[in-house]
Amino acid sequence: MVRSLEAEGVTTVFGYPGAAICPFYDSLAGSSIHHVLVRQEQHAGHAASGWARACGGVGVCVATSGPGALNLMTAIATAYMDSIPLVAITGQVSSELLGRDSFQEADITGACVSFTKHRYLVNDARTLPRIFKEAFYLASTGRKGPVLIDVPIDVQRASLDFEYPEKASLRSYNPNVKGHAVQIRRALEALEAAERPLICAGGGVFGAGAERTLLDFAERGNIPVITTMMGLGAMPSEHPLFMGMLGMFGSRCSNRALAECDTLLIAGARVGDRAMSTPELLARDKTVIHIDIDPAEIGKNMGASIPIVGDLALVLGQIYEGMSPMRHDDWLSSLNRWRSEESAESAARRDENSFEPVSFVRALTSAMPEGGILVADVGQNQLWSAAGFSVRHGRFLTSGGMGTMGYSLPAAIGAKLARPEKTVAAICGDGALQMEMCELATMVQERAAVKYVVMRNSCLGMIREIQDKSYGGRHTAIELDGLPDIGKLAAAYGLPYMRISENSETPAGVKFLLETEGPAVLECVVPPETATAGGRFKGGSAR
Amino acid sequence: MKHTISVLVENHAGVLSHISGLFGRRGFNIESLAVGVTEDKAVSRMTIVADGDERTIEQIEKQLNKLIDVIKVRVFAEGEVISRELALIKVTATQSQRAEVMNILKVMDARVVDLSKNTLTAEICAESGRVDQTVELLRPYKIKEVARTGTVALQKSGDGDNALNLD
Repeated sequence: MVRSLEAEGVTTVFGYPGAAICPFYDSLAGSSIHHVLVRQEQHAGHAASGWARACGGVGVCVATSGPGALNLMTAIATAYMDSIPLVAITGQVSSELLGRDSFQEADITGACVSFTKHRYLVNDARTLPRIFKEAFYLASTGRKGPVLIDVPIDVQRASLDFEYPEKASLRSYNPNVKGHAVQIRRALEALEAAERPLICAGGGVFGAGAERTLLDFAERGNIPVITTMMGLGAMPSEHPLFMGMLGMFGSRCSNRALAECDTLLIAGARVGDRAMSTPELLARDKTVIHIDIDPAEIGKNMGASIPIVGDLALVLGQIYEGMSPMRHDDWLSSLNRWRSEESAESAARRDENSFEPVSFVRALTSAMPEGGILVADVGQNQLWSAAGFSVRHGRFLTSGGMGTMGYSLPAAIGAKLARPEKTVAAICGDGALQMEMCELATMVQERAAVKYVVMRNSCLGMIREIQDKSYGGRHTAIELDGLPDIGKLAAAYGLPYMRISENSETPAGVKFLLETEGPAVLECVVPPETATAGGRFKGGSAR
Repeated sequence: MKHTISVLVENHAGVLSHISGLFGRRGFNIESLAVGVTEDKAVSRMTIVADGDERTIEQIEKQLNKLIDVIKVRVFAEGEVISRELALIKVTATQSQRAEVMNILKVMDARVVDLSKNTLTAEICAESGRVDQTVELLRPYKIKEVARTGTVALQKSGDGDNALNLD
């Protein structure tokens, strides 16, 4: 197993040992692969996810049987929803004990059926090299995703003549990569005929490494771009064609653009309910071109007039080749007007006294060196981060589909270890802090210089907001009494710490984070009543 | 509308539960599901009869195609396939009723496979509509038990080849 990982060029794995995975760990000791010991198995998966997203490779995480594998499961499902390539390796009880409710036995391949791209329960050691080859191939091609390999301890102990296959071949799996020529031509014609075209870019842009192609495409066609939360960072935030993030928590300008465009090109986005709550209504009066590597995404939530299955970079490139420069002056000037009206309004609303999370995120991300990575957790902090995220070139990582709290710190550690030269910041609330704070130890142990920001409002802010808007203001189970002193917590781990509570302190806070050598913890005290940016909870819609 | 979906799958452990689970998870209704090995031992054919509009059936097809263990999916509308279902029907039939029951069976092209003093077990192999009809006709005689296999189907010859043709 270790030699298979070496053959795949794996340099780092994230994991937590246990009895049923000990033979693997024993071999790992003799390998050049670096093992990162997380403090809870779920975080091994999130860290591998951050690692994969930061460097574009396959993240590897390891856990033992039973509880180890079950803890890892949430991270596997999180990666599945966001199409992140992972190979998860779990130990399993000995083959002859399988199915007998043995100590630390859980049917993890059965449990993970609906949120892994594929899974293997290995019953013969001789198949291990082939299975590893297939797992890495499946995880990293087509629509990327997590693959689980469950290995009983006796299989781990068995010896075999090791020969690693050069390529994987599965008769049932041949992902389409190039777009169909007829559909490409139809898309081109539709775009040329459009008066108000719009591109909606999703996380698939990163999956396909299509950032550059998207930019060239938008610029040649003079087509404005909005993104989903997963697509944030696909376009430079200050680009004149970028109109912001769409959806329930997106900018008003982008949602209006979506409603009023006549031709919508969906590029690597799956039209999730938080992005477009009424896709059928939206699609009614427009031509929808939907590009996705996964045919099942096209037409699942929104009907597409022109479906194109393929790798986004290749398909956009194919359309781009035939496209002559276009102008959409009237359309762009309306969009720009909406956008400046919106920012003027939000500037007018600004309260100079209390701390403003969105302005803070804007200040932090604009000050980050080119290529910086911001990892946002889940809840209000995530939406503040999305609203304030402002980079020329950089990445915004978050648990978009699953909305898993406690993602930010482990994912940031993974991202930082993958790209030590990049500035990596994580933002979480005080709820997620308490789900993930055990990973401060991992951060220290690995000397991972993560800039860790805690937005402290002493309550579960987003749930508070939902209870205010949809449950008559009755607050239930949202107060985080017992929150530790974050300064003392940082000190306990030997981490530099600062606390800010006013807008005027934001520059000092940003400076502290970016100029401190190594990891640093910044606590931002947020008034509990601070609303989510652009939040439009309607009665019942915030499920 | 009813569709017959023919799915060729790798004969691996867990494939059946994976596929039936997919239908449940995504809210697709299965009317019947039958599985058996094909001429290639490593490949099984699952014949699924499902109800749904065009869009649902298209999603079913795409979601099935996504599974790594699925080799090939074909969706057929009614009339495009030869389909059969086998049923065993045990009814109460005293000596005085036996002749009547036998008459029905004869008309429906079913036959008797087991007989006791008070019961009779019939076998019918036909399109599932005809199986339904037979069950209904026997209902007045107090049906004790019914076992049905679910539909199996192959595409009608002439308009395309549905042989395994895996390469």
